[in-house]
Amino acid sequence: MGTVAAQGLRKSFGKVQALDGVTLDVPDGSFFVVLGPSGAGKTTTLRAIAGLEKLDAGTVHLDGRDATGDAPAARDLAMVFQSYALYPRHTVYENIASPLRARRCSSSEIAAAVQKMSSLLHIERLLQRRPAQLSGGEMQRVALARALVRSPRAFLMDEPLTNLDLKLRVEMRTELTRIHRSLGATFVYVTNDQVEALSMADQVAVLKEGKVQQVGTPTEVYERPANQWVAGFVGSPPISLLTCRAEGDRLVGADGWTLPRPRWATAEDGQALLLGLRAEDLSVEQRGDASLSGELYGLEPLGDRTVVDVRVGTEIVKVKARPTVSGTPGERLSVTVDLDRAHLFDAGSGLSLSEAGR
Amino acid sequence: MAVSVDEAVSTGPAPDHGPPARRLGGRGRSVVEIALLTVLAVVMLFPVLWMLETSIKENRDVYAIPAKFFDFAVTLQHYKDVFVAQGDGRTPVSVNFLNSVVVAGASTVLATVLGVPAAWAYSRFAVKAKKDQLFFILSTRFMPPVVVVIPIFLMYRQIGLYDNKLGLILIYTAFNVPFTIWMMKGFVDEVPAEYEDAAMLDGYTRLQAFWRYTLPLLVPGIAATAVFALIFSWNEFVFATFLTSSDSVRTAPPAIAGLIGGTTTDWGLVAAASVVFALPVLVFAYLVRKHLIAGVTLGAVRR
Repeated sequence: MGTVAAQGLRKSFGKVQALDGVTLDVPDGSFFVVLGPSGAGKTTTLRAIAGLEKLDAGTVHLDGRDATGDAPAARDLAMVFQSYALYPRHTVYENIASPLRARRCSSSEIAAAVQKMSSLLHIERLLQRRPAQLSGGEMQRVALARALVRSPRAFLMDEPLTNLDLKLRVEMRTELTRIHRSLGATFVYVTNDQVEALSMADQVAVLKEGKVQQVGTPTEVYERPANQWVAGFVGSPPISLLTCRAEGDRLVGADGWTLPRPRWATAEDGQALLLGLRAEDLSVEQRGDASLSGELYGLEPLGDRTVVDVRVGTEIVKVKARPTVSGTPGERLSVTVDLDRAHLFDAGSGLSLSEAGR
Repeated sequence: MAVSVDEAVSTGPAPDHGPPARRLGGRGRSVVEIALLTVLAVVMLFPVLWMLETSIKENRDVYAIPAKFFDFAVTLQHYKDVFVAQGDGRTPVSVNFLNSVVVAGASTVLATVLGVPAAWAYSRFAVKAKKDQLFFILSTRFMPPVVVVIPIFLMYRQIGLYDNKLGLILIYTAFNVPFTIWMMKGFVDEVPAEYEDAAMLDGYTRLQAFWRYTLPLLVPGIAATAVFALIFSWNEFVFATFLTSSDSVRTAPPAIAGLIGGTTTDWGLVAAASVVFALPVLVFAYLVRKHLIAGVTLGAVRR
């Protein structure tokens, strides 16, 4: 068992409202990612669940039992810190053994458990070293081993891959997914890296300024963002947002362009809208019914693809294209839009209008 | 004077201008430096040197006019006089030394035991009006001891702490605790709180986390802080003079001062007692100098 339920968490540091009513429901055995930019309250949320942060309001239930006032030790959770927080005066062995020592396990049990974890994470040869003698990737593995050495209710991970170089990060992503699958344990994983979130999570909660914006599977968050902010935060290159309004069966852009109004768009006439277009749903190479005309603003070759920046009126639209695409800035272009995959948001509230009609 | 570009930006070998001109920035400065430092060293060290010489001179050489700097007979009699009484048994000064050891040691231990946990608490916990509290604690050090010594003398006489080693221990502790809290808070701030967070998630209580993982990292800081507290207690003169009267309680500083005066002053004894008094702190500070320097620089840097 390992469910974590946070209800209405509120916490302020001085004048800063770090958590403003955060509610999360982490099902047993899931890989739950809390995604958000820095300062969104992700770490505070995790520390609140761990019992390291005293809350202004809200409750934390673990396995259905109210654990709001419990000491961290009583919650039976394990945490991997962003800084790893390895005890500097202790060897790797002692670091990994620490949770078992706290539970007064016998030294033979400890030796067996440490051995097992270190071989799982390939750190056997580091056991007698001290943290200062480890590389970043090794420290990360040791921190992971210290968390995994026992079987807690849930694992809390605070941006554990942020301090690693790119290659190692990609490796560890796969490894963490593998470990999660083999343990079947509950993971609550905090990150500001949307790639990590989309590739590892069963469920993603998107956080901004202490408020949960959307909870859903990675696909849901990417395909059906609940609001303009989530749409802009998730996805690379970022979604292009164009100001427009609904007029009859057309969408009329602030810069004068018109597009057929999608069938599912339930906007009222004259309502100010934002049209969200992902780069992969646009094309400069194919022809279609719906298109925007603009001029080439810039090319961003990325190896496997090229992102074409097209200026439509005063706004820039990012279009994904084949790596072989070419052109000169200022050249007139027509951008074909896949309106079935477009997103519409209310310009005032930022909320998605796409959901109701689909 | 006009300078052509070719001259100013010469690419060929530099023309021979002779040796570089001696200016204040050159070797000339180091001569001045050495001269000034020598004067300073003589001025600073002469009293110490004179104390050492006096302590090993025979009495007639001590009073010799003109003073003898080098050719005098060496004796260790004064040092013996510091510890061994004329007939037998201990001298009053040796008792005073013992008192100093007890008072300085106990007050340092007390101040450390009280101050370190307080510093930890101020560093780690959200305390109401933390800055005001810390300022208040520091403000008790603004006052010179001589300002408060009379009221304390009166209070101590009422409650039986006058001429009592416990009284001195308590007042030195009271003076050292604020200092200990402030200096130790700097050290605790330097130790990431995440070690304790991690330990608590490992299953330890907050106190266990502090004891197992934070305290060992504070040892250099504690050593440095304790040395400063020890030096204060060891050298303290005003309270010791006012709050003690009998030799069985009095500490060394007022006792050595008391050796001067009367009809004759045994300068050899005064010098020897002073040397013996100065040594322990010097030796102790030398032994922990690594921690002392590491501690002082570490505590001073704020992230």
